[in-house]
Amino acid sequence: MTVNDGQGDIVLDIRNLRTRIETLRGVVHPVNDVSLQCFRGRTLAVVGESGSGKSMTFLSVLGLLPPGGSIESGTVSYLGQEYTLEGKSRLSHLRGKSIGMIFQDALAGLNPSFTIGQQIGDVVRHHEKTSRAEARRRAIETLGLVGIPNPRERVDYYPHQLSGGMRQRVMIAMGVALRPQVLVADEPTTALDVTVQAQIMELLDGLRRELGMSLVIITHDLGVVARYAEEVAVMYGGRVVEHGSVRQVLKNTVHPYTEALLRSSPRPDAHVAELDPIPGQPPNLLAVPTGCSFHPRCHRRDDRELCATDIPRLRALTPTSQLTACHRAEEMALQDVSV
Amino acid sequence: MAAEIAEFADSPGPFVAGPDAVLRVERLSKHFGKKKRFGGSSNMVRAVDEVSFDLARGETLGLVGESGCGKTTLSRMILRLIEPTGGRVLLDGEDVTKLAGRRLREFHQRVQVVFQDPYASLDPRQRVAASVAEPLTNSSMSKQEKLDTVHGMLERMGLQRAQAKLFPHQFSGGQRQRIGIARALSVTPQVLLLDEPVSALDVSIQAQVLKLLQDLREEYGLSYILISHDLSVVRHVSDRVMVMYLGRIVEIAAKDDIYTSPHHPYTASLLSAAPVPDPDVERSRERIQLPGDPPNPANPPSGCTFHQRCFHAELLAQKLPAGEVHELDGGRKVPRTCVQQAPALTLKADDEHWSACHFPLEREQAATIIA
Repeated sequence: MTVNDGQGDIVLDIRNLRTRIETLRGVVHPVNDVSLQCFRGRTLAVVGESGSGKSMTFLSVLGLLPPGGSIESGTVSYLGQEYTLEGKSRLSHLRGKSIGMIFQDALAGLNPSFTIGQQIGDVVRHHEKTSRAEARRRAIETLGLVGIPNPRERVDYYPHQLSGGMRQRVMIAMGVALRPQVLVADEPTTALDVTVQAQIMELLDGLRRELGMSLVIITHDLGVVARYAEEVAVMYGGRVVEHGSVRQVLKNTVHPYTEALLRSSPRPDAHVAELDPIPGQPPNLLAVPTGCSFHPRCHRRDDRELCATDIPRLRALTPTSQLTACHRAEEMALQDVSV
Repeated sequence: MAAEIAEFADSPGPFVAGPDAVLRVERLSKHFGKKKRFGGSSNMVRAVDEVSFDLARGETLGLVGESGCGKTTLSRMILRLIEPTGGRVLLDGEDVTKLAGRRLREFHQRVQVVFQDPYASLDPRQRVAASVAEPLTNSSMSKQEKLDTVHGMLERMGLQRAQAKLFPHQFSGGQRQRIGIARALSVTPQVLLLDEPVSALDVSIQAQVLKLLQDLREEYGLSYILISHDLSVVRHVSDRVMVMYLGRIVEIAAKDDIYTSPHHPYTASLLSAAPVPDPDVERSRERIQLPGDPPNPANPPSGCTFHQRCFHAELLAQKLPAGEVHELDGGRKVPRTCVQQAPALTLKADDEHWSACHFPLEREQAATIIA
């Protein structure tokens, strides 16, 4: 079941993905039965707090799980071809060439002792048999694409010679050097100033249009979601709990976690008299609560109901509405939950 | 002490609290590097340049600006962690810039700080009780009194007494930030400097900590200086907001004035850049995109340091006669005044709304930009 059935081509199709990591203190499932589709030329936002599985979902797809991590079940298909998920090796073929990824910390992602041209060229030469001169030409072209002024000169710069915003652009250049079909941006703007954040998001949005990519933004910033994404999946405790169009999810939410997130965040454009904090902590993956993993913090849980015993199924309330995983979603849909 | 207050009572600057201010910063500057001798060009960085403001008792003053604008340097000087190049800081009317020895230690009990990263600001090998009791080292309290204070503080922060024996790694990020706040408050300070207090926390935890900080302000009669790059957090918590650009204050006013009717084009650009969690609002509004990065503070632009990135200057230049227009390197045109004269921080029409711009935005203009 997908939200956008019949709306454009699916480039990346993740079905019922379940990932396990063996830690010293036991086995955890950071990704638990997650299904997401990325459509050509469209933007999907994945929202959640730390430990929600939002990054782990895509690290699994790219074969970048930490030691002890493996995919337990589920399938990943790229352009209609299924990549069986027993081993990581097949999936890593997709990495870089078909699916690009950008990480949050631009300084940590760049090697201080090589020029940015060498580092972008390395990405090209790792995947394609090209000469150094050709790789350099591609690096210059890509630097221009990501809006670095005077790329012919800057290609020989070292990372420390660039500002934070420029380094983030270089990271993006490495992500799109091979013109991937899908670009996953993991918290691309979290550590940046609002002004640079706006520049970087405009750049990603422009690249999506120009290269016809499918863009995935992993973020916790609902403002970024509202502005740049068409579709949003809210994750909690390793599962997708609400998934639909940005309008459906942010304006007519039918999941108490999304509702609580909206009520607990201050806004830049309006005075919020009183914040409504979400009590407690995000779930510990070693001891995920039974039933709905959000129930201990949920203001709508009903102790007589299934919240504490049964895991809610992700379902649509009507054929046109978003997907939600809440036992009490029908009730919420009847109320006016405008936030 | 009284004489000092009188001396500066009528000095110009964005002082709103007058003699009642708990903290008063006067023409505070920090310059790094040295002037080159023998006529060489200067490579001095004016990290903070002649900054003046005051903080009323019980007030929260929000401090915003891009990285490199001097907000951290300013806060370090207020805490007496680095020495200013010029100017002074008054706490309760007393000049604290020259304090040393015992008097300085007493000062450090009156002004405390909560740092951004709760993972880095607690000693991993120290039990929480020892961390929270650390500022009490110089107090005359007995061991038992100190322990009681620690327990009381932790309980007030929503932690349990027994948790005082644990180590930092046994707590979540939000709990660690509560421990950081307990440590700062253990000496019952008057002023608390909050340096990005919630930006390392999960969204669902941010609101808990913000609410706690608001309650504590009432309870302990605290005054806050809140440094944050998150304009939503600043709006939610502050009474007044101060905007810095390249080491100077460009605007300082009551929160609602800043957020609904900014005078300075830089403030308006910041507000315009902050995305709002509402797709209908977001998709219908035009945003101002600031071009480039803030200029190099070692070599700041002449006149108004914002003129190279200012959308308002560009619009104004279109209406001015050619003689009053200056063309920049990239071909952008701005009014000559903006390039030649540095605007002073002055009081505009509204009450206590200070801004440093030759051509401040009109209310209607500002409204269309941020809406």
